[in-house]
Amino acid sequence: MKKLETRVMSMEKIAQATYQCVIHVEIDLLQTIKPGQFVHIKVGEGTEHMLRRPISICDLDFENETMTLIFKVFGQGTKQLQTLTAGDLIDLLIPCGNGYPIDEIEASHVLLIGGGIGVPPLYYLGKQLVQKGIKVTSVLGFQSASDVFYEEAFKTLGDVYVATNDGSSGTHGFVTDVIDTADLSGDYYFSCGPTLMLQAVETKLSDTPGYLSLEERMGCGIGACYACVVKTTDGASTKKVCQDGPVFKASEVQL
Amino acid sequence: MSLLKVDLPGLALKNPIMPASGCFSFGKEYSQFYDLSKLGSIMVKAATLHKRLGNDTPRVAETKSGMLNAIGLQNPGVETIIDQELPFLASFDVPVIANVAGSTIEEYEQVATALRRSNIAAIELNISCPNVKEGGVQFGTDPEIAAEVTRRVKQAANVPVYVKLSPNVTDIVAIAKAVEVAGADGLTMINTLTGMAIDLKKRRPLLNNGVGGLSGPAIKPVAIRMIYHVYEAVNIPIIGMGGIRSAEDVLEFLLAGASAVAVGTANFENPLVCSDIIDDLPFVLNKYGFDSVTDAIGKGHVDA
Repeated sequence: MKKLETRVMSMEKIAQATYQCVIHVEIDLLQTIKPGQFVHIKVGEGTEHMLRRPISICDLDFENETMTLIFKVFGQGTKQLQTLTAGDLIDLLIPCGNGYPIDEIEASHVLLIGGGIGVPPLYYLGKQLVQKGIKVTSVLGFQSASDVFYEEAFKTLGDVYVATNDGSSGTHGFVTDVIDTADLSGDYYFSCGPTLMLQAVETKLSDTPGYLSLEERMGCGIGACYACVVKTTDGASTKKVCQDGPVFKASEVQL
Repeated sequence: MSLLKVDLPGLALKNPIMPASGCFSFGKEYSQFYDLSKLGSIMVKAATLHKRLGNDTPRVAETKSGMLNAIGLQNPGVETIIDQELPFLASFDVPVIANVAGSTIEEYEQVATALRRSNIAAIELNISCPNVKEGGVQFGTDPEIAAEVTRRVKQAANVPVYVKLSPNVTDIVAIAKAVEVAGADGLTMINTLTGMAIDLKKRRPLLNNGVGGLSGPAIKPVAIRMIYHVYEAVNIPIIGMGGIRSAEDVLEFLLAGASAVAVGTANFENPLVCSDIIDDLPFVLNKYGFDSVTDAIGKGHVDA
């Protein structure tokens, strides 16, 4: 991991309060990044924001030496990040955490299950899985049609099912409803999204081995401050989301 | 660089900069950013007698120019720290200050006794953690109890003891004087200020623990004021902390009366901050007319 100051190439609104930020990252560094890892971004100058913001990595472009980040504006920090434009400097710790262990799994068909701002890291993961010859089916959940993004991008990887809470796009309901109605199954599943969704997915797919990417309020982002811990299944110890995760085996941690 | 050198009880510091306890774990994570031998010292994460899992999350919340934390002294217990964490730091040329915490006076004693077999240079006696239900801050808010813990830990320890003072008191000078009389070799101050933030949507405190410790630049003036007053009342050295993020901040602490400083929250903003400050400090000292760090200590006082 290193601290990197680099240029923003573009900032674009792609859905309600959802922004796609493309930044320049040199090829040597890009090649070390695994799907599921994240960057920890400094917000603005001065002392107002003392904590960085963890943002998952959505895509890498080796040819143009860029990295795509997608984030949602939730508070003051992300609101300020959104004001960055092409040419601005951005300060990040890169790469953080462990990614999805795609080299360790034997699978012919994998389910990608994302909810809201948990969707982005599944995109680069999906691209890597497809490259390995693994069939990918994506289930993407959003609040409503205005929140939907990357539906077309995921279609280039395989079948895509969209669910919205209000029924304004795709299936009316949750990602787990889609799994039922479309009778989806795979050798493995990879999921990222709100904790309630992850719990529902874990319960629904309890017979399928899976990996979950967790979200938690972070401090340092490198494993030193113990802010973002999650209890292991036996309750006897904790794992650090930033350093041991953010990706965990579904059976490994308590949600 | 000799102009940065400071000699304190048990601590021959090559410079006055050290990461603050709880913000740096046991150093491993930060060693990927710079050579830890560059640091004056390292204050490692608090040790209790037994393993502690800490509080439920959320444990941190950002506030204006600061943050709240309620980690809850999560640590693997003193024996595991000695066996599995401290050996890594032994490979660096840097004195280590162990932070000792407990729920009872006996536990403080036991942790300090356990540390006798380690190679630490000093103990930071944590009588001021605001985030645990038992112990912690209650030992740091009553002068008599603070003195008693200090006395007992001094007897148990084989290295100098620096007592970490809580700012959550009416009269910090009284506590400082009491622990000095009880045998403290030095003071570290200030720990975090108790605070709270409330989530507007959920209508509940943001931290699972409710209250947390406020740190960062927001508390710097409080730290400066307390160090300034304590410096005038005691004859033992002070390691200052509270919102430091630049060499200018360090000089302000030295002027207030600190002999060395610890950097906490700023490590999260910039993992290289301690290294950067060490590089900048000679220029800042020079800019403000000081020949050395020791030359600046206490020079903010009227009669200095």
